[in-house]
Amino acid sequence: MPVMRARFLIPAKSLVALPPLDSPQWQSPWRAFAWGLRSITQTILTLVLFATYLGIGALAHDTHFSLLWALCSTLFVWAGPAQIILITTLGSGATVIQSAIAVTVSAIRLFPMVVSVLPLMRTPTTKRRELFFAAHLTAVTLWVECHRFLPQVPRERRIAFVNGLGFGLVSVCLTANTVGYFLAANLTQTLGAAILLLTPLSFLFSTARNSREVADVVALALGVLLYPLAAKMNSGLDILVSGLVAGTIAYGVHWWREVRA
Amino acid sequence: MSFAQLIGDWHALAVLFVAGVVPNQIWRMLGLWFGGGIDEGSELLVWVRAVATAILAGVIAQIVVEPPGALASVPDVLRYGAVAAGLVVFLLTRRSIFAGVVTGEVFMLAGKWWLG
Repeated sequence: MPVMRARFLIPAKSLVALPPLDSPQWQSPWRAFAWGLRSITQTILTLVLFATYLGIGALAHDTHFSLLWALCSTLFVWAGPAQIILITTLGSGATVIQSAIAVTVSAIRLFPMVVSVLPLMRTPTTKRRELFFAAHLTAVTLWVECHRFLPQVPRERRIAFVNGLGFGLVSVCLTANTVGYFLAANLTQTLGAAILLLTPLSFLFSTARNSREVADVVALALGVLLYPLAAKMNSGLDILVSGLVAGTIAYGVHWWREVRA
Repeated sequence: MSFAQLIGDWHALAVLFVAGVVPNQIWRMLGLWFGGGIDEGSELLVWVRAVATAILAGVIAQIVVEPPGALASVPDVLRYGAVAAGLVVFLLTRRSIFAGVVTGEVFMLAGKWWLG
């Protein structure tokens, strides 16, 4: 088996290098945090995030926002598409209200994402405030990685692990923002376009990779195909409409298969 | 670039908070609030996840269909072609994210170079 090739091209579940569930490595929450932090080196998505946030730093520079502004947006918004939408709408002269609406529609997806991720790390004694940082850190990358890594982390250490993973990813992105901000003057238009194209490509493939059930595949494919139709209605809630319709159809497919089985 | 330019003004940071942070975080905090009562593996969660996936798919489609910034300089056919080419390679390589992303990028860059 060409293991090296597989390790690089196909970051399969079995290749995640974490200690076994019963290892003493998991006894300390700080150790679990450190394992989470270290796990950023186990995924190609870290590189993709770096390039995406390089682009966001450059976009912020070109739209005349300050470096502090760009860093605060990464730290407190922590959602690539929302940040791109915020910068481009404000930069093109939209009002604060118009930008806020565009951002909030793109962010609706965070609600079901948080709802689906938090049960993976909750124990019967977990308090809501303990999950605060995990909720804040939840975005597409963390959502994908939680489904990949968490089955290999003991349940009582999962919050610490996720906090470490998120802390690492945010640090990478803050660094990328700073580099991108200072590089901006030297980025050609083609390179800028290539960096912006990374976001849809990586989002599409990382979500497709994580699709285990038919319902997930249907939701993804229909969601992409229905968006241009929903956009024609020009309601301002296009993504919400196509998402609800495509997601509900996908759930219907899941329900129908379960009933038949 | 001066220090003051790197910090910017408080007005811009206030706009970031009102138009960016609040509209975004409200959904995460709602998820934190309501997520507590929902059982892992419940039917409701299957629906919720399907809708989350479909909304994300819409965000992906929006960036390709209505491209921001420099991406708008890339012709439609190249943007759609890049996603399609990347998808084909992604599937052929047993779902390699890396191979899919690289193929999409190479397709777009080669197309731009070829079109001049």
